[in-house]
Amino acid sequence: MLLSGSEIVMECLLREGVDVIFGYPGGAILPTYDAMTKYPQIHHVLVRHEQGASHMADGYARATGRVGVCIATSGPGATNLVTGLATAMMDSVPIVAITGQVPRAAIGTDAFQETDVTGVTIPVTKHNYLISDIHELAYCIKEAFYIARTGRPGPVLIDIPKDVQNEKIEFVYPEGEIRLPGYRPPTAANESDVFAARELINKAQRPIILAGHGIIMSGAVQELRELSERAQIPVSLTLLGKGAMPEDHPLCIGMMGMHGNAASNHAIQESDLIIALGMRFDDRVTGNLKTYAPHAKKIHVDIDPSELNKNVKVDVGIAGDLRTVIAQILPGVEGNTHPDWLNRIRDWQEDSSERDILYNYEGNTLIAAQVINDLWKYTNGEAITVTDVGQHQMIEAQYYPHRRPATLLTSGGLGTMGFGFPAAIGAKFGRPDEPVWAIVGDGGFQMTMCEMATAVQENVDVKIAIINNGFLGMVRQWQEFFYEERYHATPMVNPDFCKLAEAFGMPSMRVTSRDQIQGAVEFANSHKGPVLIEFVVEKEEIVYPMVPAGADLDKMIRRPKKGEKQS
Amino acid sequence: MNNNNPSKQVVVALVENKPGVLNRVASLFRRRNYNVDSLTVGRTHKRHVSRMTIVVDVARTDVRQIVANLYKLVNVIDVKALTGEPHVSRDLALIKVRTDDVESRNAVTEVCDRYPARIVDIGTKYAIVEITAQEDLVEHLIDELRPIGIVELVRTGVVAMGRGVRILDTDYEPVNHHQTTGDLERYGV
Repeated sequence: MLLSGSEIVMECLLREGVDVIFGYPGGAILPTYDAMTKYPQIHHVLVRHEQGASHMADGYARATGRVGVCIATSGPGATNLVTGLATAMMDSVPIVAITGQVPRAAIGTDAFQETDVTGVTIPVTKHNYLISDIHELAYCIKEAFYIARTGRPGPVLIDIPKDVQNEKIEFVYPEGEIRLPGYRPPTAANESDVFAARELINKAQRPIILAGHGIIMSGAVQELRELSERAQIPVSLTLLGKGAMPEDHPLCIGMMGMHGNAASNHAIQESDLIIALGMRFDDRVTGNLKTYAPHAKKIHVDIDPSELNKNVKVDVGIAGDLRTVIAQILPGVEGNTHPDWLNRIRDWQEDSSERDILYNYEGNTLIAAQVINDLWKYTNGEAITVTDVGQHQMIEAQYYPHRRPATLLTSGGLGTMGFGFPAAIGAKFGRPDEPVWAIVGDGGFQMTMCEMATAVQENVDVKIAIINNGFLGMVRQWQEFFYEERYHATPMVNPDFCKLAEAFGMPSMRVTSRDQIQGAVEFANSHKGPVLIEFVVEKEEIVYPMVPAGADLDKMIRRPKKGEKQS
Repeated sequence: MNNNNPSKQVVVALVENKPGVLNRVASLFRRRNYNVDSLTVGRTHKRHVSRMTIVVDVARTDVRQIVANLYKLVNVIDVKALTGEPHVSRDLALIKVRTDDVESRNAVTEVCDRYPARIVDIGTKYAIVEITAQEDLVEHLIDELRPIGIVELVRTGVVAMGRGVRILDTDYEPVNHHQTTGDLERYGV
C-alpha cells in the first residue's frame, strides 16, 4: 500500500486504538490534518490553544489509563504544548504529542515557524523523536506509544518534518515486538528484597503505608487493600494517590503533606516503618528531610530505580511494578492488629475533627469547604473531579473523599494552573458515561478559559465549578503567613463569569449561599453539555493545616479549635 | 593503576550511535545538577555503538543516582560505575610550553623523562608535550611544567575500561527501517 507520511501517522494511531486526538492545525502539520479526513474513526477535537490540547490528552490519559494524543504545528504550536508535556512528565502520565516541523531542507535555517522542538522538549519528555527518514516513521510511532505507557509512564513527542508527511512509501506496519536494548523497565522484585520487606512489615509496631499514583497506574488497588487489611496497616495517600484506597475505609487516614490530614503527618513522624508504594517523597509531602520520619525503617517500591534513595534514604528499595511486587510480598505477611497504634491515630483524627471548619464556621459568607463538601454530597461522591491548582485544589483533596481510582485528576508535581478545565474535557472524552466536574479557581480558570469554545463546539458534558474568591488564594495565604499580609498582585478584578459563559453559549448560574448549591448541581445535571457554576466564596479563607515549606512535617499551622486562639 | 582520588568516580555508558544522544546526556547532567569532571565520547568496534566515559565528583552527587538516571535514557544501552573494581583509566594532554632559552628547553626535557610523556613538536620558541596517563599523573606533569611557562593546553578527558574478564559490550543492532518490505522477520511478520 503506497501511503504518505501523514497517512502512515493515521494508520499507526488507528492500530494503537486511538479514538480521539486533541489539536490545532497550522502550516507544518497541514498534510496530516488533510489525511485525517480519510480517517473518520479518529475524532479530532479542535482546541483554542495548544496548551489546552496537551492538558486534554493528559486528562484523557489519567482518566482511562490509555495514551492521550495531542497534535500541533511547528514553532509556536509546538512550544505551546510544553507546559502540558512538563505537567505530564512530573505526574508520569502517558501522552504522545505529534508536531509538524519545517521541511528537512529548511531545518537549521531559522525558517518560518521553526523551533528546535526536540531540543526544547528533552527535559520535559520521557523520550522524543525527530523523524529524518520516512522509513522510520511507523516504527518510531509504535515505539513512542510503547515507551509512553510502559515502565514509568510519561510523555513522548514525535516531530515530523512537513516533507516527510508528504513523502510516499510502500507501507508495511511493523507488527513485531519493540526492540529497545536500552529500555527495560523493571517488573518483579528479587527474593532477598521481598524477604527483607516482609521481615520489616512483620516486625513493625507502628507501620504506615504511603500510597501514591503508582498504585493507581499499576492497577494495584486490590493488592494494596489486602496488604493493609491483613496486617491492619493504616494507609496515607499522596494527592495523586487519592482513590488508591477508598477514603471511607477505616484504615485510610487521608492525604499526607503540606495540606494533608494532621493525623497522617503525625503518624508518619511517629511511625517505626514506612512502606512507600508508588510515591516519590516530594518535598510537599516530606517537609524537612532531616527530621522526616526519624524513627522509621523505610521500604520503598517504585517502578523507577532513580527514585530510590533520591530524597529519602531507604532500608529496602525495590524497583518494580507495584502490583507484581505487592503480590510477591503478601504471602508471608502475618495477620496483625496494631490496636495501640490505630488508637493513637484515631486520637489525632478526633482532634482534627474538632478543628474542622465545616462544623465550626460562624460567618455567613459561603466558604469553599462547604461548596466542595456539598458537591461531594450531591454528586454522591462518584463524580470524576478534575481540579486546577491552589486553595480549591487542596480543599477538594480535603473535602471530596474519593472511593475509586482515577476519579481525582489533578496536576500534583508541576502544579500547573490552567490544567483543570481542559483536562476535564479530555477526561470526559475518555469516560463519557461518568459525570465530570472541573473544579477550578478564578485565577487558574482564566488561564485556559478559551477552551469554553471547545467545550461548546464539541458539546462536551463537563460541569465547571469556579470557586471564586477574587484572589489568587494560595499565594494570598502565603503572603498572609510569610509576607506580613502584603497582598501584592493577588487581588483579581474578574470578568462576570456567568455572562462570559453565556457569550460562549454555555448555561450558567451564580451561587452565593449554601442553600443554593443543591439546586445548582441539579441545574448543571439537567443540561446535557457544558455548564458553568460560579460559587462566590469568602475572599480570605485559609487552607489548614499547613506545613510551612521546609518545616518539620508535624510542625503544622493548625486551625484553632472552637473558642481557642490562634497560636 | 586505580584512580586513588576517592571523590572521583568513573561511569561508563554504552549508547546508541545516533544524533542527539550526547545532547540528551548533557541535558540530564545539567537539569539534575550533577557535577561532572569530564565526559568523553567516541565510537567502538561496533558500528552502532558509542561509548562514554564520565568522571563524576561524588562529593556532591550520588553515583548510583547518576547510573539510574543515565539508564532511564532510552538511547543508553548499558551503564556501569567502574569505581570499586580494578580498571585502567587514561587521560591524554597536549601541552604547549615555552622553550625559548636553554634553561627552559632543558627543564622540559628533564621533566618529560620522569613521566610517560614525550615531546612531539619542538621549535625555537615553543614545544608540544604529549602525555597519556592516569589523570593524576597528567595533573602532576602540568604542575611541573607550569613554572616553565604553559601557553596552551588541551586534554581529552578520561577514558576507562575494567580490567580482566569484566567486559562491557552489547549486541545492539538497530532496526533496519529501509528493509521494511524485504526483511520482514525483523518485525516478526
